[in-house]
Amino acid sequence: MSAPQDRTDDGGVPVPVTPAGATGGAPAELPPSSPAGRGMFGDQGTGDVSGYGGLVRPQRSIEAATRPYGGYFDEVTDALEEAYPAFGEAIEKVVVDRGELTLHIRPERIAEVCQVMRDDLSLRFELLSSVSGVDYLGADARRLHVVYQLTSMTYRRQVRLETAVSVEEPHLPSVTSVYPTADWQERETYDMFGVVFDGHPGLTRILMPDDWEGHPQRKDYPLGGVPVEYKGAEIPPPDRRRSYQ
Amino acid sequence: MSASNYATERETAEGKVFTVTGGDWDVVLSGTDPINDERIVVNMGPQHPSTHGVLRLVLELEGETVRELRSVVGYLHTGIEKNMEFRNWVQGSAFVTRMDYLAPLFNETAYALAVEKLLGIEEQITERATTIRVLMMELNRISSHLVWVATTAMELGAINMMLYGFREREYVLEIFELITGLRMNHAYVRPGGVAQDVPDEAIAKIRDFLKLMPKKLAEYEKMLSGQPIWLERTQNVGVLDATGCLALGVTGPVLRSAGLAWDLRKTMPYCGYETYEFDVPTHTDGDVWGRYLVRLAEIRESLKLVEQAVDRLRPGPVMVADRKIAWPAQLAIGVDGMGNSLEHVAKIMGQSMESLIHHFKLVTEGFRVPPGQVYVGIEAPRGELGVHAVSDGGTRPYRVHYREPSFVNLQALPAMAEGGLIADVIAGGASLDPVMGGCDR
Repeated sequence: MSAPQDRTDDGGVPVPVTPAGATGGAPAELPPSSPAGRGMFGDQGTGDVSGYGGLVRPQRSIEAATRPYGGYFDEVTDALEEAYPAFGEAIEKVVVDRGELTLHIRPERIAEVCQVMRDDLSLRFELLSSVSGVDYLGADARRLHVVYQLTSMTYRRQVRLETAVSVEEPHLPSVTSVYPTADWQERETYDMFGVVFDGHPGLTRILMPDDWEGHPQRKDYPLGGVPVEYKGAEIPPPDRRRSYQ
Repeated sequence: MSASNYATERETAEGKVFTVTGGDWDVVLSGTDPINDERIVVNMGPQHPSTHGVLRLVLELEGETVRELRSVVGYLHTGIEKNMEFRNWVQGSAFVTRMDYLAPLFNETAYALAVEKLLGIEEQITERATTIRVLMMELNRISSHLVWVATTAMELGAINMMLYGFREREYVLEIFELITGLRMNHAYVRPGGVAQDVPDEAIAKIRDFLKLMPKKLAEYEKMLSGQPIWLERTQNVGVLDATGCLALGVTGPVLRSAGLAWDLRKTMPYCGYETYEFDVPTHTDGDVWGRYLVRLAEIRESLKLVEQAVDRLRPGPVMVADRKIAWPAQLAIGVDGMGNSLEHVAKIMGQSMESLIHHFKLVTEGFRVPPGQVYVGIEAPRGELGVHAVSDGGTRPYRVHYREPSFVNLQALPAMAEGGLIADVIAGGASLDPVMGGCDR
């Protein structure tokens, strides 16, 4: 973390600018637009009022991992590299964090990679556990991420594949031909994030009504809600309440 | 147009007589098959007692045979995942518990495990808290399977079984009420541990339950297992083999009824399940009958686990020692119900300003979770319940996604029902044990 530089506001009182770690702790995953870096009551500093920095917890950052990854992660990546000729081009980044392996895949390659992951004898990821979306608004130009959790029942391993597409071009190939279980989960991701899975047999909304407008889980989609009265006081809806972040 | 095109008329002594000839009878009689050619579309649900909540099925029928089935879900979508992004991490417990309302403790534990993994404090969770989690989850598995037996038997015509199943479930809910204060939607398992300790009366009640339940299970088996109607309605009905299960992502008792002993408690253990002694029941037929046997056997295994967990309970803390994560107050019963203990209130209001600040910050603002993402899967009564949690470093979840077994398993319904009889749609659907609160979230 670089030392914050002081600036002087109109009152002539030096106000520390936001420390780098507070907003830009930002591994690729941390959106700078997120209010997470701000302290309580709009405080722009570290939030430490103890005076000696004892309350500040180090920000950890997530960066691309380097070999050896540890555990079975090396075996999995080696096997994929061997079985999949376009490995170097398709894999954007490998991240090892909290004992989990994440392979960031170029979106147009995801179905091919899934096919290899399922069929190669030394990989054997038979089960697609989960497909979900995450919207990294402001942190990533390709802000819509789709995350696939693969489980190998043979080797008892888990790997996460992650792809990123932009809102302007939210297309990536569907993996339903490899994992039929992705059917509803891709529909949910389309419904909630507006990611279009090309080749899906029937990409329609699944949880929201058919004529719904917008994609509710995107970060620029408001939560909504109305103020309610409780014991004489008006309580604003959750997204209008004071943010302590 | 005059009537004479279809009905010729002639005068008789009694009056005018018409001889009616149909327009298209020739076409009808010339070889078309009214049974097989006439597809009717039947809409079942969303308000139908046999579709387990607000599930809607659109069936294309030829006679009584189902040719095509499409399930329509989403009627119970409550936006829990979106709502959680606007509350702090601890408040998330109270949201996720309302997803799959028959297995609230699994939702909470999966969430707590994910948050703890993000915080990197898995090692600090006390042994007592972990044992209580196992105890509560296994009791919950029993109550969930009891509801399954009860509702499925009711849908197939055995009303008495419904009464018995719910009667015993009520016993489990009383235990939950004694421990958590609530029968359902407990918000009991919190990131860092559990909300409060298990009282001694609850242990006594659990021991009574352990004595009572095997007898009741024997009664259920006496009532259903040899019963001809039950056998007819379940055997070779709604068959899905292991290949089909894996392709469709079906896990839990349905997968085990097809012969694959895949149980995350054994294969990817969490909460110390590897140290408990229990078996994973399987069956080979992959039909509704097999799922019934597997679930009854799982209740027995859960009873074993509950017993072991109760025996293991040693006095100790039920929350992490880290005061920056643990809830600042001990909870206690007051005149107006459960709340912060009076000693704590007296301390923060009368003695220690620092404690008050600490309490205020932790309760209103919450703790920060370092950025990153994790996926945690646990074995819920319906299959793999996965939590994909993403943090941006703040005091609120950036994104929490639930891989709900009800949602994923429901995709298998067309594979089970198409080509079979309409009556078997009910049996097949019920055997998946979908809970729409979980499915739609």
